Amino acid sequence: MLPFNASSFTSQKLPKILDRWKDFPPPFLLDQQHSFYLQQSDYHLMKTPRTMQQVHQSPNLSNPFENLTEEIIFNVLDFLDEDPQAKKSFSLVNKSFYSIESIHRRSLRPLRTNLIPSTLRRYPHLSHLDFTCCPRVEDDTLFAIADVYKTSLRAIDLSRSRFFSNVGLSSLAGKCTGLLEMDLSNATELTDLAAAAIAEAKNLEKLSLARCKLISDIGIGCIAVGCKKLKWVCLKWCLRVSDFGVGLIAMKCRDIRSLDLSYLPITEKCLPPILQLQQLKELILVGCSGVDDEGLVTLNQGYKPLEMLNMSIIQNVSHIGLYSLTNGMKHLSHLSLAYGFDVTVDLAKCLRNFPGLQCIKLDGCQVSCAGMKAIADCCVSLKEINLCKCIGVTDEGLSSIMEKHNGLKKLDITCCRKITHASLDIITSSCNSLISLKMESCSLIPEDAFELIGQRCSLLEELDITDNEVNDEGLKAISRCSKLLSLKMGICRKITDGGLSHVGIYCPKLTQLDLYRCTAVTDVGIMAVANGCLGLEMINMAYCEKVTDSSLRCLSKCLRLTALEIRGCTRLSSGGLSAIAEGCRKLTLLDIKKCCNIDDAGMLALAQCSQSLQQINISYCSVTDIGLMALASINHLHSMTILHVTGLTASGLGAALLACQGLRKVKLHSTFKASMPQALLNHVEARGCIFHWRNKAFQQVDIDPKGWQL
Amino acid sequence: MMDPDERLRTNPWTKSSSSASDALRQLSPDNQSFTNFSSQQQKWEDSSSMDYRTRIEQQFSEFTSPSENLSSAACGANNQTKNHGHEDKRMRETSNSNNVQDWDPRGMLNNLSFLEQKIHQLQDLVHLIVGRRCQAVGQSNELLVQQQQLITADLTSIIVQLISTAGSLLPSVKHSLSSVNPPVTQLGQFGGSITPPVTSFDNSGRVVHCDVKKVEDQPNEVDLIGNAGIEQNYVVEEHESKDEEDADEGENLPPGSYEILQLEKEEILAPHTHFCTICGKGFKRDANLRMHMRGHGDEYKTPAALAKPNKESTSEPTLIKRYSCPFVGCKRNKDHKKFQPLKTILCVKNHYKRTHCDKSYTCSRCHTKKFSVIADLKTHEKHCGRDKWLCSCGTTFSRKDKLFGHIALFQGHTPAIPLDESKVSAGQSDAGQTNELINKVEQIDFSAQSNIPSGSGYQNVMDGKGSIDDPASYFSPLNFDPNNLSGLHEFPRPSFEDSESSFCFLLSGSSEYHQKTGRFSGSGNL
Repeated sequence: MLPFNASSFTSQKLPKILDRWKDFPPPFLLDQQHSFYLQQSDYHLMKTPRTMQQVHQSPNLSNPFENLTEEIIFNVLDFLDEDPQAKKSFSLVNKSFYSIESIHRRSLRPLRTNLIPSTLRRYPHLSHLDFTCCPRVEDDTLFAIADVYKTSLRAIDLSRSRFFSNVGLSSLAGKCTGLLEMDLSNATELTDLAAAAIAEAKNLEKLSLARCKLISDIGIGCIAVGCKKLKWVCLKWCLRVSDFGVGLIAMKCRDIRSLDLSYLPITEKCLPPILQLQQLKELILVGCSGVDDEGLVTLNQGYKPLEMLNMSIIQNVSHIGLYSLTNGMKHLSHLSLAYGFDVTVDLAKCLRNFPGLQCIKLDGCQVSCAGMKAIADCCVSLKEINLCKCIGVTDEGLSSIMEKHNGLKKLDITCCRKITHASLDIITSSCNSLISLKMESCSLIPEDAFELIGQRCSLLEELDITDNEVNDEGLKAISRCSKLLSLKMGICRKITDGGLSHVGIYCPKLTQLDLYRCTAVTDVGIMAVANGCLGLEMINMAYCEKVTDSSLRCLSKCLRLTALEIRGCTRLSSGGLSAIAEGCRKLTLLDIKKCCNIDDAGMLALAQCSQSLQQINISYCSVTDIGLMALASINHLHSMTILHVTGLTASGLGAALLACQGLRKVKLHSTFKASMPQALLNHVEARGCIFHWRNKAFQQVDIDPKGWQL
Repeated sequence: MMDPDERLRTNPWTKSSSSASDALRQLSPDNQSFTNFSSQQQKWEDSSSMDYRTRIEQQFSEFTSPSENLSSAACGANNQTKNHGHEDKRMRETSNSNNVQDWDPRGMLNNLSFLEQKIHQLQDLVHLIVGRRCQAVGQSNELLVQQQQLITADLTSIIVQLISTAGSLLPSVKHSLSSVNPPVTQLGQFGGSITPPVTSFDNSGRVVHCDVKKVEDQPNEVDLIGNAGIEQNYVVEEHESKDEEDADEGENLPPGSYEILQLEKEEILAPHTHFCTICGKGFKRDANLRMHMRGHGDEYKTPAALAKPNKESTSEPTLIKRYSCPFVGCKRNKDHKKFQPLKTILCVKNHYKRTHCDKSYTCSRCHTKKFSVIADLKTHEKHCGRDKWLCSCGTTFSRKDKLFGHIALFQGHTPAIPLDESKVSAGQSDAGQTNELINKVEQIDFSAQSNIPSGSGYQNVMDGKGSIDDPASYFSPLNFDPNNLSGLHEFPRPSFEDSESSFCFLLSGSSEYHQKTGRFSGSGNL
């Protein structure tokens, strides 16, 4: 939805220059104070940080962007899409920037609906509205939107919102003629009337009604007749929709490309019209327990353009039904048969129908050795195989597939507990181009085997070796995978700082690191990672009890850090957390459960700096009412878990709940339910917050509760 | 409460002196006056349920039936086809008699003056309609259609009368007339078929057909009952489809392996089939007739006379009987290329009514669905209002799959959300009121057309019954408690248990109702 595309722009160089800003956000664009000191209007001077230094050194108060056309500034803005804060800062520079940004902005994710009227005045050209931060969206808001964006609105996401009704939807769908996408998932209170209202959006192409449990066939029928241009439809968990509604939508909306019918009480009766859809590429039938072999064999043959088929968790379908259903699907590339099928020779023969099959998911299936060999023979070239939690995966079977399909990119053998060194040997030797390898809990694989991964699969980007016997030597070898983005090695108790240091040094691209219960890891290892992997976005150090505040101080250099889990790290204190808060401004998820040394000081620091924080778990912490009140001032915060925080009083908690307006979910101990006024709880619930009352007994933080013997 | 009843009671009495010819003249307005009655009734009884009206109409039609052979041609209030059928029959009779005794100028004059009167009446009617139209622009379609039907029916009867009169003039035409007969029948069912000459009325009014064996001779009674039962079930389940013939679709009897019987239209539509040879009183069941005969003398009281006459004849081997529809061109007609016979007389009756007759029974709840077979109406009424599957076009369905099939078939139709869910019932209830209003207008309209009070048919009934205990109680809505209402669902279904009642397929009235409710102590049927 760019107003000007890059080709219309005269200077071809500019995008490249701007591209550089992605990695290194130019502070002069973001910082109001500095912008006044810019002297030169020529953007060529902004090429390097060095020229910027020069700019800063010669203060002059003229507006450097005055000579730039709007077109160019729009292009600048296009490159700021990645960071929502950047545009906000941009608009704060001066009035002209403010107005330019207002005109330029196409998508908006408001935090509160009470400011919607003024927001709508400010941004006249919005096309994408995302209400995922607003738990309460009322009809009035939808009326206002419908009035302002009659033609421009293209997409609206109400998947996390409640309290709107069919009246508001009717206004929205009726007035916004250009509306193409609507996400109404989780609107469990919407009825057929709402569906009838949606049906007024004649041009709708994408519609998600996941979990709209009250919408029935009648409503779906209205939508089917009204929205003829639908292309993507999700009806997952619409439990009152049956064959009639699904059949009708397939009959009336001939352009459907993707259809998600997961967990619907449908049978094979609705499948004939679906299979006649000429554009259908993706069909998801997860958990459709009404579909069975008997019905499927009655389906007629014919060409089916399907590319993705998901038939997971269907108990009553065997290879016979699958064969009948998939006959004619020449272009099928992705097939998911998880949890339900027996992987036998017969099933493998069905796969012969799909010459282009690239990805097959057999998670949780009963697998036979012969079946795996047959799969190896029947498929031409697989790129992705999921055998997560398959029972019966052996070295022999796995080897047969690996030998035939050398081009494999992704392999998931999570919990295949029978495979040994031999499997890993053949995986690594024949599939050198593996990008993703998930092998959690392959407990028979010895520790020396992991070295093979590092030695042979240098292209790996994602590796999950959670709960394995891997040791420092193995990790050292793995660190040779320099492209590694995600490394998960929770519960690898043999990993120490030595191995982790190698990762820090040789895997600079790492964004996700899971060290859950790697109890041998200390500050040294963490600091090595923090220094080496500056792009780190997620780190889990839960129950790494040896870690201290210095680790956190180091991690605060990772500016992109969004998720930090330090559950049960008792040595961490508010000091470390404050450093994180100051450094990692993008922090959205924080789990400090059982960090009993973290107190109000940490919360105050968070409140001051981490304005992006969305979820926090402060159970068992030494936080009091003051800390919680501070937390409540964080605008984005929508989820809190507060169990066994002894310093809290009911009134403090109540005040915090009232103050924190964006709350969607709060987990509290059930003792508070009685001690807090019901009216207050009702009020907070009316704002869209859902309370989860827990009644677990207090656990001593120091004692290892599950006997991990850490 | 007394008002309507009073009126109902007094009206016939005041007219009791009117002669048969009088009745004949007033033939056309006759039914209207019935409608008129019911509408008045309804106006007074606004609070009562709508189906009340229909029931009353039905009873009217039923009261009149015994008098049929008195040429009064009384008929169901709405059943115009039937009406004209009878009328034709009578005229046919006239013409037949004319033919037999050479040309009778006096008879001719009678005929012509009758025709003149009819045309005048029709003229008046059209005038009225024209006037109405000027007044009310927004007339409902339904009303227009009804008016049209009325006029067409009258015109047809005039034409038929004219032809038959002309036929009596030229004796040589007689044969060609009867050969022309089938096309006429085909042309419009309003005209009804001119009864072929083979059919004649004997004095007692009993219909004797050359090509139809006496129904009483039916040997495979059990079979019949069984079939009828199936038929009945079928009606219950699939009355929407109106294709009752499907029931015997599976049967592939080779041609010639069965005897084809064809009842004539009049016989099919006749409410009673058993007539007393002494007094001419008609009955729906032979058993009832036999009971009635006891009153005519001791010789009818013997066990032999009271026993079922066909008991002894069961030993005779008989050919399977299958039935043909008298409507030429119908798939069920024996002359059709792909003739498919009807299994039982009940099938014939239902088929003929459903396919070739007006749908004169309107559902009193929805006022939209119409039926020609009263059992269909009853079945529908049981479900009417409970049809929760609505389409935006206003059609209702008792089954979800039917609705979705309908929507899949038609462009632009959408499922409609039921009222109770939408909560904004105001709009819909308004629609209901307007519906009601339209009905009222319609009725008022009719009453305006027919200033001539009811005919002799009604009055005959009243004479015959004589002793309605308390008409007021009869017409009071309070008396229509559910039990009695269920008694109104008199169509043969329950009576099939009784083997004697195998002939009740020819009934359409509610003499059974009288029996069951016991309200009409003086009905004399027993």
